[in-house]
Amino acid sequence: MFYRQAGDFKTTYRGDIQTFPLRQDRIAYYLMLAFAFLVVPFVINDYWASAVLIPFLILAIASLGLNILTGYCGLVSLGTGGFMAVGAYACYKLMTAFPDLNMMIVVLLAGFITAAVGLLFGIPSLRIKGFYLAVATLAAQFFLVWLFNKVPWFYNYSASGQINAPERTMLGFEVTGANAEPAVSYLFCLTILTVLALIARNLTRGRIGRSWMAIRDMDIAAEIIGVNPLKTKLSAFAVSSFYIGVAGALFFSVYLGAVEVGEVFGINQSFLILFMIIIGGLGSIFGSFAGAAFMVLMPVLLKNIMVGGLGWPTDIAAHIEFMVVGGLIVIFLIVEPHGLAQLWRVAKEKLLLWPFPH
Amino acid sequence: MKKLKATLLAIAVGGAGVLMSAPATADLVFPSLSYRTGPYAVNGIPYADGYADYMTLVNERDGGVGGVKARILECETGYNTQKGVECYESTKGEGALVYHPLSTGITYQLIPKATADGIPIHSMGYGRTSAANGTVFSHIFNYPANYWNGASHAVNHILSENDGDIKGKKIALVYHNSAYGKEPIRTLEELSAKHGYDLTLIPVDHPGQEQKSQWLQIRRERPDYVVMWGWGVMNQVAIQEAANIRFPMENFIGVWWSGSENDVIPAGAKANGYKALTFHQVGTEYAVFEDLKKYVVDAGKAAGNGDQVGTVLYNRGLYAGFLTVEAVKKAQEIHGTADITSEMMRDGMEALEITSDIMASAGMSAFGPEFNVSCDNHGGPGLGAVQQWDANAGTWKLISEFEPSDMDVISALITEDSDAFAGENNIEARKCG
Repeated sequence: MFYRQAGDFKTTYRGDIQTFPLRQDRIAYYLMLAFAFLVVPFVINDYWASAVLIPFLILAIASLGLNILTGYCGLVSLGTGGFMAVGAYACYKLMTAFPDLNMMIVVLLAGFITAAVGLLFGIPSLRIKGFYLAVATLAAQFFLVWLFNKVPWFYNYSASGQINAPERTMLGFEVTGANAEPAVSYLFCLTILTVLALIARNLTRGRIGRSWMAIRDMDIAAEIIGVNPLKTKLSAFAVSSFYIGVAGALFFSVYLGAVEVGEVFGINQSFLILFMIIIGGLGSIFGSFAGAAFMVLMPVLLKNIMVGGLGWPTDIAAHIEFMVVGGLIVIFLIVEPHGLAQLWRVAKEKLLLWPFPH
Repeated sequence: MKKLKATLLAIAVGGAGVLMSAPATADLVFPSLSYRTGPYAVNGIPYADGYADYMTLVNERDGGVGGVKARILECETGYNTQKGVECYESTKGEGALVYHPLSTGITYQLIPKATADGIPIHSMGYGRTSAANGTVFSHIFNYPANYWNGASHAVNHILSENDGDIKGKKIALVYHNSAYGKEPIRTLEELSAKHGYDLTLIPVDHPGQEQKSQWLQIRRERPDYVVMWGWGVMNQVAIQEAANIRFPMENFIGVWWSGSENDVIPAGAKANGYKALTFHQVGTEYAVFEDLKKYVVDAGKAAGNGDQVGTVLYNRGLYAGFLTVEAVKKAQEIHGTADITSEMMRDGMEALEITSDIMASAGMSAFGPEFNVSCDNHGGPGLGAVQQWDANAGTWKLISEFEPSDMDVISALITEDSDAFAGENNIEARKCG
């Protein structure tokens, strides 16, 4: 009744193929963007920025990246943490080698470097599929982490083997380092996420995205109708790695500020992002956001309820948190294997018909 | 329906808790970034209990510090840096006076943040070693001893066992492959150049439950001594593996983070003779433990399960609490107010003097060495001792005095590393005195 298609006429092809065909969706989308860009920066504080919003934005970029590879092109990857590490170390090397470089350029360059590395590790995907590819990318994960631990050049020969983000600016505002305002860091990440999400959405609707999906659904058939598997798979690896590299660069420079490669970009990180896209929904841009939000917000919310609200001991709260998050993942996989994105789709369809379902 | 209401209420309360974390007035807030879960919990629990119990003792026995009650804000980090940062952000708004991150990784994260927020960090025997240079690291303290002191203590101990000549001896460093474990490498390399021993580096990846290949390497290369920089579950696995290859335990020396009861007990009698460094006393032969029993344990106010009293890491947490309370007293004295801020706390830490009288009045006579902190030296004198495990008695015993380390080598390294940090971050060194 309130949420409806009726009366929303399209008179052009352009209007018909836009991202949000429903006017109400469009309005909601623009309202949300306006809220995120114009309201949140004025009310944000250190806690919300560094515990909730910035990790959410950055991990959303990473899960967009993995969703392109796994959700759209059907190539399972367990190397996300390793590729994020490439982004982070590329970012660090660029930041320290060119101190005056604009942070935005540093992050994008880090993304391109990761894309190149991703291409390299994507080559085996032409021969192997499914679980076997997952194992090959797992090798990439362990190799990359080992490499950044082993070769001192990557961490500028520092005694601890850690990399620390120095203060860098963008348009005169500090984006990284301890003196960066939370609002500035937030807007920096939000801008990158918005642009990358728009690009991802349009890539997946276009020719290249369709060729990814063709390969995903049946690679032999796709090849017969003229989709080049080499180009398609490698482009998926490159684009995905670009996103993941950008996320890794931001994760290191804006969010954490100091990184220990084995801990931050270990196999746990790869699994976390894989869980995000599985829970959010494979092959869905909305799903990437929903999954990232779920995995970032859920633990923080649970912790605040149990420790802050109910005053429970921290160790019990931490154990219950593990169980609840784990249990929710299992429940989701059983009840809705297509993830939060599917729930959202179903809810919208129901709402369109409500209250006259026949 | 009732259930739903309860759930909604819980969420509302939780949400309110997030939004209204208003600063409570007139108490001394000490966040405890503890870890009672995960592979490092075996070591995290006793330390957190000791720290919390000392604060409880001060509240119950003395009515707080200078009449103001101490309040512990516990936050679970799981030894994870991301959670550590979240804990820092969520607790700093409550008027936190000083942070003990109990994790080198988290300390590295917090150094720039805490300095910008004006909150001191006390990384006691861990963290960034070069933070001992107070002219560069204004808000970071790592007294009474740091990793590089520890590395030197281990080498000194080996020297003393070999009458001062260890040329050609082989020493292997088994270390946690992280910022923590890598800290001593530079010092050990410098000392190797000075004393002429061969150094083999053997990294163990987090969490360290699997060390077969590392100990196979040790078995093959037969080092004369093994020095370990381990933490959490890695310690007990390493000691067990050393026992399995029949490595002589008296030639196996752990840093002070690899020498607690929980690390040696799993290996049973085979761990007998294992050595570790320490910068404070072990055991419960101190007056403070009677007070603890009376005011905290018997009153049912002990942190955790209350079963850790007197273990090595509990004592270390206790010592951290003691040093913190003494710094608060100093700050109150300097600024003439009982209700201090974090900046005043920093001044108190920088002017801290631990004399034998102060230790005696706290019931901890000769519990640690006497030392001073100053504006340019945030690391203290770096005295350390060696303790040895007696598996039959089930106790640690100190087998040396608190001795100095090779500061000629270490001071140069500290200056070099802190200058590099200052250069990277455009920090102007403070003028002292």
